[in-house]
Amino acid sequence: MTDIPAGSLHIDKAQAAPASKVRGYWGSVWNRLRYDYVTLSCMALIAVIVLLAVFAPWIAPMDPDKSSMANRLRPIGYKKFLLGTDEQGRDMLSRLLWGGRNSLLMGIVPVIFATTIGGAFGVVAGYYGGKVNMVIMRTMDVFFAFPSVLLAVAIAGSLGGGIFNQMLTLTVVLIPPICRVAETATSQVRSLDFVDAARASGASTISILFSHVLINVLSPVLVYSSTLVSISIILAAGLSFLGLGVAPPTADWGLMLSTLRQSIYVQPLIAALPGVAILITSIAFNLVSDGLRQAMDVKA
Amino acid sequence: MWMYALRRLILTIPILLGVTVICFALVQLAPGDPVQSLVRPDATPEQIQSLRAFYGLDQPLVIQYLLWLWRVLGGNFGMSISTNLPVATEVLRAFQNTIVIALISVVIAFIVSMILGVIAATRPGSIVDRLVTAIAVFGISVPTFWLAVVLVIFFAVELGWLPATGMGGGSDTFNYLDWNDFKFAIMPIIALALPPLAIMTRTTRSSLSEILNQDFIQTLRAKGLSEFSIIVHAVRNIMPSAVAMLGLQLGYLIGGSVLVETVFTWPGTGFLLNKAILTRDLPLLQGTILVLATAFVLINLVVDLAQSLVDPRIKRS
Repeated sequence: MTDIPAGSLHIDKAQAAPASKVRGYWGSVWNRLRYDYVTLSCMALIAVIVLLAVFAPWIAPMDPDKSSMANRLRPIGYKKFLLGTDEQGRDMLSRLLWGGRNSLLMGIVPVIFATTIGGAFGVVAGYYGGKVNMVIMRTMDVFFAFPSVLLAVAIAGSLGGGIFNQMLTLTVVLIPPICRVAETATSQVRSLDFVDAARASGASTISILFSHVLINVLSPVLVYSSTLVSISIILAAGLSFLGLGVAPPTADWGLMLSTLRQSIYVQPLIAALPGVAILITSIAFNLVSDGLRQAMDVKA
Repeated sequence: MWMYALRRLILTIPILLGVTVICFALVQLAPGDPVQSLVRPDATPEQIQSLRAFYGLDQPLVIQYLLWLWRVLGGNFGMSISTNLPVATEVLRAFQNTIVIALISVVIAFIVSMILGVIAATRPGSIVDRLVTAIAVFGISVPTFWLAVVLVIFFAVELGWLPATGMGGGSDTFNYLDWNDFKFAIMPIIALALPPLAIMTRTTRSSLSEILNQDFIQTLRAKGLSEFSIIVHAVRNIMPSAVAMLGLQLGYLIGGSVLVETVFTWPGTGFLLNKAILTRDLPLLQGTILVLATAFVLINLVVDLAQSLVDPRIKRS
C-alpha cells in the first residue's frame, strides 16, 4: 500500500487565468483527453464498475448473504455459481457485486468530504497568510507526522468499526494532504497580478475568493483529490481487512479478503478474487487521475 | 550547517508534542467511559478506582494530558489489558522485528529501483521503460495485504517453498543469518518492498531523465566521456534526493506494515496493533502508535539532516 503522495503542486503563471478564460481552458483539456485512449478506457471501466455496484441488487444472481452449508467453497464455474462460493457457501459473484458498493462509497465519499473541508482550510490559510496560515498549517503538520495507514488504524482502532466510523476516519486522514495542496495553490494565485488588480478595483474579499482564486485553485486540487480515490479505496479495504469496517455478513471486498484467508488451502483462486476487484478498481482510478493531470497540465 | 541542524531540531519539538496530543486524544475518542476501555471487563471496582487515580481521570483534561505526558516521557506507557505486561516492553520487542524487515525491504527496493530507473531513463521507450511504468502503476494500486495473500498462495500453498506465516522458533531465538529462520522473513520482505520499489523507480526515472537533458551532460558528452561515466555523473546528481526518498519510505514501511504483518503473523508492531484492535486493548494501541509516529518523525529528521550534509543547496533555504 502506498502512502499519500507529498502534495506539492505547482501552478504555471500561464495556466492560472482570470475567470473569463475558464471555458477555453476546459475546452483544451477535453481536446487533449479525447485522444488519450488509456484514460478514456479506464473511465469507461470505472463507469462499468459503478453501474455494476449501483445496480447490484438487480444484477446479482443470488442473495449475497444467503449461505448454504452444502455448497461451501465450490470452485469457479460450479453449477449456477459463476465465480464459486465462499467459506459459508455464499455466491461469490453476488458478493463481489454487492461488495463493490461499499468500496466505491469509501473511495468517493471521504474524498468529497475531505476535499471540501481540507480545500476550504487550505484556501483560507493560503489567502490570509500570517497567523491564520500558521495555525492551520502547523496543525496539519502534526497529522503529517503519521504515515496515512497508521493514522487510519489509530483513529479507526479507537473509534471502533462501522461504516460511519470508517468514513470519518478516511476523511480525517485525507484532509491534511488536500489542505496542503490547496494552501500552496492559493498562495501562488494570490500573488498574481489579476488578484491585485481585482483588489485594487475594489472587489470584496468574498468575490475575489470565489471568482478569482477558487476557480484557479480548483483544478490542481481536484486533480490531486482524484489521485486520492484509489488510496481511499485501498485504505478502506485495509481497515475492513483488520475488522474496522462494515460488520459481517455485509459483503465488502476487504472483509471478504480477510475471511477467505482461511480458505487459501482449499480454494486459492477464490480467496484471491476480492483483491483482484480492489486492484482493478484502484488501477482504473489511478490511471484516470494520471490522465487528468496530464490533460489539465497540472505539474505534480 | 549547524544553524540549519539546530533550527530543524527545534522545529521537531512542537511536531512531537502534537503527536502526543493526538495519541492522548485516541483514548478519549473511544466510545464510552475511558476507564471501561482501559480495563478488563471483569475488573473489580477497586481496580477501576485505582486506575481512575492512576490516570488522573477525575482531573480536567489538560491536567490528565500533562500527567500522561510526564509518565510517557519517563517510559511508562501503561499496562496492556490483554497481556498484563507493560506496553513499553511489548512495543520495544515488536519494534525490533518490524525495523529489521522494513530496513531490508527498503534497501532491496532502493537497489532494484536504481537499476531499473537508470535503464529506463537511458533507454526511453524500451521494454524496461515500459516495465517500469507498469510496475509503478501496479505498485501504487495494489493492496499490499492482497499481494501478501497471493504470495502465500503461490510460494507456500502451491509451491511449498516457503513457510506461510510466523517467525519460526519465535522472536527471541530468531537469527536472520540462519537460512531456516530467514525463510520466514522472505515473503514479508517482498510484500513490503513492492510499493516503495514502485515509487522509487518512478522517481529515479523521472529525475534522472531530467538531469540527462541538462546542458552539462551535453558538455560531458562533447568532452568525449563514455556513456557509462556520464550516467555515473547523472546518478551522483540525484543521489541526495534518492537517499531522502529511501528514508521517507523506510518511515512509511515502519508505520504502514500493519496489514502485511497481520497476513504473515510477523510479530512486529503492525501485528501488535492488529492484536490491540481485536482485543480492544487501547493502552497497547496508544503506546504502539506513539512509538511508531515518533520513529517516523525522527527518521524524517535524520533524513533531512543527512540530506543537508550531502547537498549544500539545502542549507541556504
